[in-house]
Amino acid sequence: MTNSIGEIDHAELLLLVGTNTTEAHPIVGYKMRQAARKGAKLIVVDPRRIELAEEADYWLRIQPGTDIPLLNGLMHIIIKENLQNSTFIEERTENYAALKETVEKYTPDYVSRLTGVPEENLYAVARLYATTDKAMTFYTLGITEHVCGTNNVMSVANLAMLTGHLGRPGTGVNPIRGQNNVQGACDMGALPNVFPGYQRVIDPTAREKFEKAWGASLSGDMGLMIPEMFDKAHAGDLKAMYILGENPVLTDPNSNHIRSGLDKLEFLVVQELFLTETAEYADVILPAASFAETDGTFTNTERRVQRVRKAIEPLPGLANWQAIMDLSTKMGYPMNYRNPEEIFAEMASLTPSYAGISYARLENSSIQWPCPTSNHPGTPFLHAQAFTRGKGLFQAIEHIPPAEMPDQEYPFLLSTGRILYHYNVTTPYSAAIQSMWSEEYAEVNPEDAARLGVDYGDQVKVYSRRGELLTKIQVTDRVPPGVIWMSFHYKDSPTNAITSDAIDPITKTGEYKVCAVKVEKI
Amino acid sequence: METVKLTINGMAVEVPAGTTVLNAAEQAGINIPRLCHEPDLSPLGACRLCVVEIEGMRNLPASCVTAVSPNMLVHTHSPAVVEARQTILELLLANHPQDCLTCEKMGNCKLASYCYEYGVKQSAFPGDRHNYPVEDSNPFIVRDMNKCILCGKCVRACAEITGKNNLDYAYRGFNSKVTTFYDVPFVESDCVFCGNCVSVCPTGALTEKRIQGKARHFEFTKVKTTCPFCGTGCNFDLNVKDGKVMAVTTGPDNAVNGRALCIKGRFGWDFIYSDRRLTTPLIKRGDGFVQASWDEALDLIATRLQGIKDKYGGDSFAALSSARCTNEENYLLQKFTKVVMGTNNVDHCART
Repeated sequence: MTNSIGEIDHAELLLLVGTNTTEAHPIVGYKMRQAARKGAKLIVVDPRRIELAEEADYWLRIQPGTDIPLLNGLMHIIIKENLQNSTFIEERTENYAALKETVEKYTPDYVSRLTGVPEENLYAVARLYATTDKAMTFYTLGITEHVCGTNNVMSVANLAMLTGHLGRPGTGVNPIRGQNNVQGACDMGALPNVFPGYQRVIDPTAREKFEKAWGASLSGDMGLMIPEMFDKAHAGDLKAMYILGENPVLTDPNSNHIRSGLDKLEFLVVQELFLTETAEYADVILPAASFAETDGTFTNTERRVQRVRKAIEPLPGLANWQAIMDLSTKMGYPMNYRNPEEIFAEMASLTPSYAGISYARLENSSIQWPCPTSNHPGTPFLHAQAFTRGKGLFQAIEHIPPAEMPDQEYPFLLSTGRILYHYNVTTPYSAAIQSMWSEEYAEVNPEDAARLGVDYGDQVKVYSRRGELLTKIQVTDRVPPGVIWMSFHYKDSPTNAITSDAIDPITKTGEYKVCAVKVEKI
Repeated sequence: METVKLTINGMAVEVPAGTTVLNAAEQAGINIPRLCHEPDLSPLGACRLCVVEIEGMRNLPASCVTAVSPNMLVHTHSPAVVEARQTILELLLANHPQDCLTCEKMGNCKLASYCYEYGVKQSAFPGDRHNYPVEDSNPFIVRDMNKCILCGKCVRACAEITGKNNLDYAYRGFNSKVTTFYDVPFVESDCVFCGNCVSVCPTGALTEKRIQGKARHFEFTKVKTTCPFCGTGCNFDLNVKDGKVMAVTTGPDNAVNGRALCIKGRFGWDFIYSDRRLTTPLIKRGDGFVQASWDEALDLIATRLQGIKDKYGGDSFAALSSARCTNEENYLLQKFTKVVMGTNNVDHCART
């Protein structure tokens, strides 16, 4: 997030695009609801009638996969009515002419037909967003999990730059990140193209720095992203994997492809809390320690570094950092950290944005990076004076429809997401939660349910071109006619056996939000 | 900032205009008892336990909803005030079960603490008592409305923190009750089981089901940590007894979330004690797994990975790190991959 969760309290407008916040990030959702009830304008863009849609001043129920036309359409109106922030555009951005030319053809009439949003709502939202001083935009996977995910994100950024809603408190482009430490895992360099702190592996200076610090020669080639790993495993080029705390069989798209990739590996290590669907493929399983059994830090969606503290001894005997350290030592590269604090200190010494953060400083507080020095207070919002590249670059972006749309054979559009009661693959192991929410209830619109002859609690078979599954259904107008919605928490209804394997070409993110399926009553 | 000067218990006090008498006293180091007041909830003035004497005022006003004014003379513990508080406590006790010995809240009950402080042993007002059935239709929260003192903190927590407005007062007079719409059990209501109501309840009316009969709050060691589920980064305290996590609690001061949590953070952590947790390394033999020691497992991994690296090169290896693990664990695994295996093939689910 460019800005902070606490700023929701004093924002005047919240624009939510593809984020079901009260379920996926409940505490952020609570704050949004509080702000809306205190008078902040709330605009929700979502095909589903999510909880916050009910409290929204404007709910734009777009057709799935039409975020770009919607955002271009809003920008079209803003420019036509001369509501753009010309000072911000002049001083802080470049390439505005290209943006202007591209959005020219996204007229309200055209956009309304593509998105299904009435023209008067397009006008109202465009005017409201552009003329409100403190407007925060939030998005999550509803924006990114499309073949055009990167372009969706850049369109959100275009809208914020066009109106100058960046670089001040109560504004910003704010992706609410999924997992507890997805921000931190990126910051730590658990990515194929960077060292810790986003220092690029292809940059010889960065590589030299880490070679010196780590006392080893390092590869300057970009590594593989997840989908490429499984493609290479299929092709027989990837022979071994070490999977720590992830369950791609359940969470990655087109799981049959993942399964056969894992099958082809010569050697697989999985370090996990449970015998997951992925762990079943392992040659060696290392039992993992949970968050309660280790010291460490997590970095949240607003770049806030916070302590994780060991409350109980590791159930498997070793904490995860100890196991990795021992393996490294056995392989001839001794690691001798006495505790996670020493690991953090080494990382911070090599990572400029964390350089000023230490366990001592985190003892009684938390710090938002960038925090370059030990007396720096941290950074609640980014881009106050300049963007990372200097000037913000407008991107002229055209509509890219989803890779697979419903047709005669597969007439329903399947979209997926999280529900409040579960978080990916750990909560199904919570006895209390599982006793209440133990199985999938796919959402089906009443019109479709009547046509299929199904009712609440009935079981249906859902097919896509990639697989099939069984699920119970609920009948609800949360989804529009023609759309089926499922979560991905249950191994008995493994949603990702049927989701699309189309990916965003840049991020390799799967298009979990749109694929074509057929539904049959059993 | 405009300030107001007043006198509390003979002490000169200066506070910002608009401050309540209760907060002004607190800033002066004087603790006024309160049952319905909570700093992160809107003021209500319902329980009347925080009454004080203010010279020139006819009645004893509730200090939590009375703003300071210039030259106010406040007495927080005058005989009239103490007598009023004792009477209020006696009235509350008149319809409150005195099963403190087995009450889940013992040691952490504000009603009991104030009865102790004000020497109220029993009620002078015998009369009707409620006899509500205890509601425990869900795995998280036990509702014993016989112990509810109608302070309304749960009503406000549900409305003002969670925003669900699932709880409110129903019925009139003696039958007044905090309950759900249509007075149905939590499972049949709109409850999202965030437990924020439990965290503010001053008595044994709302308690956690999981620790019933298993632990008293004063037995816990509290370890502040960060929630392992979504990216919001809520803080909470793991409550540990005898080396075991028993509960999660929150105070109002956490950086991101204050006291608020969702069902996952407050109640979903019990996955750590799932009987399906793996506790020893496992090595695949044939179609199944056999248990192994850490040394055996790590030796085997070291040998196999080294062999594969030597035969096919480092790029034949890839690691998936974890967005659920700590920074330190992620740092080590990417370092291991880059240094020991000699490849940049490390990724995690950041883009999915």
